[in-house]
Amino acid sequence: MSKNSEFVKFDKVDKSYDGKVLVVKDLNLDISEGEFITMLGPSGSGKTTCLMMLAGFETPTNGEIYLDSNPISNIPPHKRGIGMVFQNYALFPHMTVYENLAFPLRVRKIAKDEIDKKVDKALSMVSLTGFENRMPGQLSGGQQQRVAVARALVFDPAVVLMDEPLGALDKNLRESMQYEIKHIHESIGVTVVYVTHDQSEALTMSNRIAVFNDGKVQQLSSPDKLYEEPVNSFVAEFIGENNTFQGEVSDISNGKCKVKLKEGEIIANPINVKSKGDKTTVSIRPERALINPSKKLDNNYKGKIEEVIYHGDHTRVRLNVLGNSEFILKVPNSSQNLDLKLGNNIDISWNSADARALDPK
Amino acid sequence: MSSKSQKILTTDGIPLEESLKKAERKNKIKAFLLVAPLLLFLIITYVFPIGDMLFRSVDDRMVTNMLPKTFKAMEEWDGKELPEEEVFAAFYLDYKKLVEEKTFGKLATQLNFEKNGFKSILKKLKRKMKKFEEGNYKEQIMGVHKRWANVEYWRALKRRTPSYSYSKYLKGVDMYENEDGKIVQVPEDRRVHKILWVRTIEVAFFVTVLCFLMAYPIAHLLATLPMKYSNLLMICVLLPFWTSLLVRTASWMILLQQQGIVNDFFVWVGLVTDDNRPEMMYNKTGTYVAMTQILLPFMVLPLYSVMKTISPSLMRAGKSLGGTPFVAFWKVYFPLTIPGIGAGCLLVFILAIGYYITPALVGGASGTLISNQIAYHMKSTLDWSFASAMGLMLLTGVLAIYWIYNKLVGVDNIKLG
Repeated sequence: MSKNSEFVKFDKVDKSYDGKVLVVKDLNLDISEGEFITMLGPSGSGKTTCLMMLAGFETPTNGEIYLDSNPISNIPPHKRGIGMVFQNYALFPHMTVYENLAFPLRVRKIAKDEIDKKVDKALSMVSLTGFENRMPGQLSGGQQQRVAVARALVFDPAVVLMDEPLGALDKNLRESMQYEIKHIHESIGVTVVYVTHDQSEALTMSNRIAVFNDGKVQQLSSPDKLYEEPVNSFVAEFIGENNTFQGEVSDISNGKCKVKLKEGEIIANPINVKSKGDKTTVSIRPERALINPSKKLDNNYKGKIEEVIYHGDHTRVRLNVLGNSEFILKVPNSSQNLDLKLGNNIDISWNSADARALDPK
Repeated sequence: MSSKSQKILTTDGIPLEESLKKAERKNKIKAFLLVAPLLLFLIITYVFPIGDMLFRSVDDRMVTNMLPKTFKAMEEWDGKELPEEEVFAAFYLDYKKLVEEKTFGKLATQLNFEKNGFKSILKKLKRKMKKFEEGNYKEQIMGVHKRWANVEYWRALKRRTPSYSYSKYLKGVDMYENEDGKIVQVPEDRRVHKILWVRTIEVAFFVTVLCFLMAYPIAHLLATLPMKYSNLLMICVLLPFWTSLLVRTASWMILLQQQGIVNDFFVWVGLVTDDNRPEMMYNKTGTYVAMTQILLPFMVLPLYSVMKTISPSLMRAGKSLGGTPFVAFWKVYFPLTIPGIGAGCLLVFILAIGYYITPALVGGASGTLISNQIAYHMKSTLDWSFASAMGLMLLTGVLAIYWIYNKLVGVDNIKLG
């Protein structure tokens, strides 16, 4: 069976709540079957609205959403057959775990023994066998979360939507649940659309990530590409840590450009700049700038250490480089002893390919 | 540190346990002293008067003390024929004493509750008694009025012998203890109270149902509308709360009377003809309409407070899992509102069952309730013991409903806000 690469399709979707502001603007997004796609963005970026439109609780103002090539704008939520995990779990507090899981099956008029089988299977999938008769209130946050996931999957939906499902859990539990959900997705191959504002969650779990801002998808790509090759300064800023320089392109040739800053000049990789005179934001990941490199790179500068913070596995160093006093370096705490003292001047270098000249802020 | 039995001492050398108890006792006394004024106030103004009032329903010592000789002489009497001369003589002596003390009026009132017509013959007896000669009191008393020769009146007198009696309770359900000591129903044409009890429960029940049917959508709207609209709606719900009950009832009188606004409207739209306007007041309809409107907030508020806590994502979850909007409502939303429904219904039913002003004003003859009857005996006939007997029966009924409700739903599940 070939996988449908347009299993879920947002086609030129607009959404406005008040008729004045578009919260989702001209959204085009294809999700292939069995994919784990994450909608990532700050709050108010329109990602939850997209999910609600897909679930059927909101209707697009313009455009159409297709599920398996069928337009679904006029289908009410209960006929879409889409499973959903809500932010606060939305378990039915007056029903036992078993009844919660049986609910989607009972409304589909499935036979009793079939229901028992499916509920058993779903509970063992989230390792909660034996909890059938508990009430949701008697479960811990993590267990409630698992029940919610099991309930969204128990009726074998084609697509499962998850709306910040791990937001209420503590850090350790959240991380272990991330892996658990990822494994469940891998083992049953369901299409998952996941919404979060937590970038590490998105990077850990997804096949692809759609970064939302201001009602638009800024970049849609795999986690590694998103981190390594952000296409604009918003994505670069939003995903991971980032050092930036504001400047103006003074020369552009051979896949490299020179950017003139207030103090000095750097060589960068032109991504969003076309010609001489363009304003730009140059972005460099903290781990791509090296101290005293053995091999000479094409960007070499002096920096003055302004702050040193010990983080266990690495040390964060704040430098003043080329007039930017917010330049962050992450130095691994290996056996090599660097002289990281406040006020010292050190040599730092980076490869011009890692300094991405993006759109100005 | 070696032995476990060694007591821990404070720095003053007092065992810790004792010193802790001392400190706690101080706190307890302080706490008690703080609530003592309120407790005293409650006992004086609430427990004591109500207790006294309820005691009146069984207390019949007044009559017993007024006619001690008569009741003693009556002990032998079987109640079939007219009593012997000695009973008449004893009654004459007792009554003479009461006339001298000028307390015979109370006796007349009490005996009149027992049997109509006692008052007038006692008054007549008082007037004629001055000329009585010694001896043969039976002849002389029977000569005053022919009712004195009627055995029924003497039986009524004998019924008041015991110091404590439950006869008022029997009267409350249209029963009495007859000459043979059997409890029987009063004649059919005089069974007024039973009708009132049934009507009270019926009105309270239907008012509760009507309130529930109207309040549920309102409360749902209140809980789901955006803040700026829900506040306005909330004020609309609460506005009647801030208006005097009398004013509201009076406005219903203006609306519902035969020449009132509602009837005018019916005529105007052609629902009824002008000379055939329906009576919507001074009957049960008036009671239903006015009571439902007045008690509606008591249903809306508990429902609202429960619905407010139900997350809208639960309904969404119900729908996304495949339930139609109705199934999602019925299986998910509705069961979660049951605590509010329970609280609202209990509140409205209990308030309705003892409702007084509204049925008195708009109820007419067919729309009055048991509380109106209680008020009638308190104010008009002054049969306080009967009024308090019916009051206690009403209270018992309410407590019984509360008990049943607790068994069925559980009072812990009630949410008032």
